[in-house]
Amino acid sequence: MKPESTSPITRRKLIRGGVAAVAGIGGLAAADRLAKRYGLIPPDGKGIYGPGETLTYACQRLLTTRTPAREFSRSMISKNPFANAVARPNDAFKKLQADGFRDWRLMVDGTVAHPMSLSLTDLKALGVHSQITEVACEEGWSYIAEWIGTPLSGVLREAGVLPQTRYIVYNSFEEGAWESIDMQDAGDPHTLLTMGMNDGELPVPFGGPLRLRLPRQLGYKSLKYINHITATDDIRKFGKGKGGVDPEYGYSWYAGM
Amino acid sequence: MPTASQAEKTRTLRHSGVVRVTHWLTFFAFVALAVTGGLIVISHPRFYWGEVGNVNTKPLFVIPIPSSRGTVPNGYSYEMPDENGWSRYLHFEAAWVAVLTGLVYGIYGLWSGHFRRDLIPERRDWTWRAYRDRIQKYLRRTIPDDGPDRAEERSYNVLQRTAYIVVIFGLFPLMIWTGLAMSPAFTAAFPWTVELLGGRQSARTIHFFVTWLLLLFLIVHVAMVAMAGFWSRVRGMITGYRRDSEEAP
Repeated sequence: MKPESTSPITRRKLIRGGVAAVAGIGGLAAADRLAKRYGLIPPDGKGIYGPGETLTYACQRLLTTRTPAREFSRSMISKNPFANAVARPNDAFKKLQADGFRDWRLMVDGTVAHPMSLSLTDLKALGVHSQITEVACEEGWSYIAEWIGTPLSGVLREAGVLPQTRYIVYNSFEEGAWESIDMQDAGDPHTLLTMGMNDGELPVPFGGPLRLRLPRQLGYKSLKYINHITATDDIRKFGKGKGGVDPEYGYSWYAGM
Repeated sequence: MPTASQAEKTRTLRHSGVVRVTHWLTFFAFVALAVTGGLIVISHPRFYWGEVGNVNTKPLFVIPIPSSRGTVPNGYSYEMPDENGWSRYLHFEAAWVAVLTGLVYGIYGLWSGHFRRDLIPERRDWTWRAYRDRIQKYLRRTIPDDGPDRAEERSYNVLQRTAYIVVIFGLFPLMIWTGLAMSPAFTAAFPWTVELLGGRQSARTIHFFVTWLLLLFLIVHVAMVAMAGFWSRVRGMITGYRRDSEEAP
């Protein structure tokens, strides 16, 4: 074997490589600063999966701004939708259910001018919309249904969300189940506080009496049994700071992908 | 110290730096994507055609394996552990590595003439006959007494070129397309990307089949490399050079 005296690395190559490296690092630093400034870094944008997660979230935020979710014709509504497994309702839930959820309340607090507590009747009074959209689970399955309810944006307008608000945290009646979304998804007209499904009441297995439907993200963000909404400017104050129980369990916070 | 021209006599530049770096980045990204993709499939090993599909609808086919979800009716009482959280994180991170690597490679390939020179079949080979002859050569495994085809040491034959073209310009883009067609936010912005494929479940099913085509390519690719001299070819893809002395049998 010959000694490696014929190294292909020349001075020119070294200089060129150096310039490329400096430009690359500078570019990354600039991108990082811009991303922070425009809120393009998700709450779980740290750790080994942080770069991929941030790229996905930032690109989708830049590309899919203000594009409504896909809607379908009435004939495409699934005949046998799949509710997925849910925890057994506890006694407190059963009591509310026995009364036809007359005493169900949605608390709205946090960075809002007027914290409030709304019954299902109050919510319906804010205006009822319907949409035919698909529930897509991260596992791979999906179904289409008509969802009837009042847009989250109307409730937030009623409560007077303060300008510093960056995230909306939403909690389920189910102990420990909570999630959050950014203001763009919160303001989307399709983000629906859902009370009805396919021309009837929203069945309990599908999240009744109140489910937050978020058709631009996968199913696990469409939390069932919503009873508490908190507006916040600092998501780190909640739980382990990752923006939801799913990220704490190891699932990505942003589920638009 | 030998001069550059002397060195050229003993060592030939086989693969450029961009080709080598992008080759290995793609390799690692693909392995990560294939493994995590398999783990994600375990959570719902049923496939459908059209827009929707779930355990209450008729599947196109079912993979007869235990699932990581108890809600899948597959006859198994055993439930696999749920690996979807980190699998999905890594799947999309590896997808970014593959996409960005593909962009660099694509721009380089056009700009440097790599596609034109090394991958697009030579004009004289644009016939069925060229393919047939090459296949027959492979089937007979005729390595002539004077060693492997000297021309093939420096460039790819028509079958190799076609395989690379199909993978680079067909299967990889189709993989990215069908992957994006499963994103509810992406399809909100670009609904035609999923409608052209026939629906969300069709996109998932195509994504699954193309994975197998890419795995088939990987197996054949590695087998061919092994037949041609595994370590010499692998070294060639790492250092870029192959010593001429290695080319003789």
